[in-house]
Amino acid sequence: MTVALCATAIVVLALLWEVSIPWLDRRLERRRLRRAEPGIAAYDPGRERRAEQRARALLRSCVNAEEWEMYRDLGFLRVWGRHARGPGTERDGAGAPYAYLIYPHKPLLAYLPQTRRLLHEYCVEFPDETRPYGSAMLPESDDVLAKWMALTADEERLVNSANMHLPGRQVDPARVKRDLWRLSEWERARLTRERRRAAEGAGGTPGGTVPAP
Amino acid sequence: MKPGHGEELIAEGDLEVAEEHRALVEAFRRQLDDGMWAAVPTTTRTGRREAEMVQSFEDIPPSAERVIFFPRAAGGR
Repeated sequence: MTVALCATAIVVLALLWEVSIPWLDRRLERRRLRRAEPGIAAYDPGRERRAEQRARALLRSCVNAEEWEMYRDLGFLRVWGRHARGPGTERDGAGAPYAYLIYPHKPLLAYLPQTRRLLHEYCVEFPDETRPYGSAMLPESDDVLAKWMALTADEERLVNSANMHLPGRQVDPARVKRDLWRLSEWERARLTRERRRAAEGAGGTPGGTVPAP
Repeated sequence: MKPGHGEELIAEGDLEVAEEHRALVEAFRRQLDDGMWAAVPTTTRTGRREAEMVQSFEDIPPSAERVIFFPRAAGGR
């Protein structure tokens, strides 16, 4: 009788062991993952904000005072074109009848400053295919700086690597017209301020205003 | 520049020190091999700020204080 009971108990224990192994495995796996999590780098909600602050500081250190104030006040940059006959023609250094507006994470907009006529949208991105931080997008100010560097260093190369579209595909032309008006008002106000400052003998701003070529 | 992260110091050193010079060249090549573009912010004689793309370590102007690496441009949507 005792032997039979012992045998039954052993069988029951063996069956319970078999049933509980997957459950124990799951528990151990969850515990192992919980312990490993701090090393994986937990989500940091302030990371992108800090990245943008660093990007703004970097942009400020690269562009001149006028361009930095333009970006700070208006949210975009204007870069003069280098080809006298328009984007895509040979570089001749003869001046700039056209310019670009650089918006963060938006296409470059080529336009004629004299008439405010929009020419083209140049859709360009700076993707990092390795996606080391889970996102392929640069911080906004880094995107603006990358476009500024690529435009001022090698306009032709950047334009050739972009997809060209007619104006209005991504950026609302009404918004651009409004921004161009804001830009002209901003420039007028800045010029008045500088004249007043010069008259008061306070001198110019560091970096200074650079006229169109 | 790193997506989702922003500016990151890759390497710094003194070109006069052979070991640091070698480390800078290696870091430069590694970035270019990873498909990054390299640019040096400059100031022209007229005071205009612009950038200069560099494709080899020897192209870096001697007066340059830094080289900025950023992902290669590609046609966007």
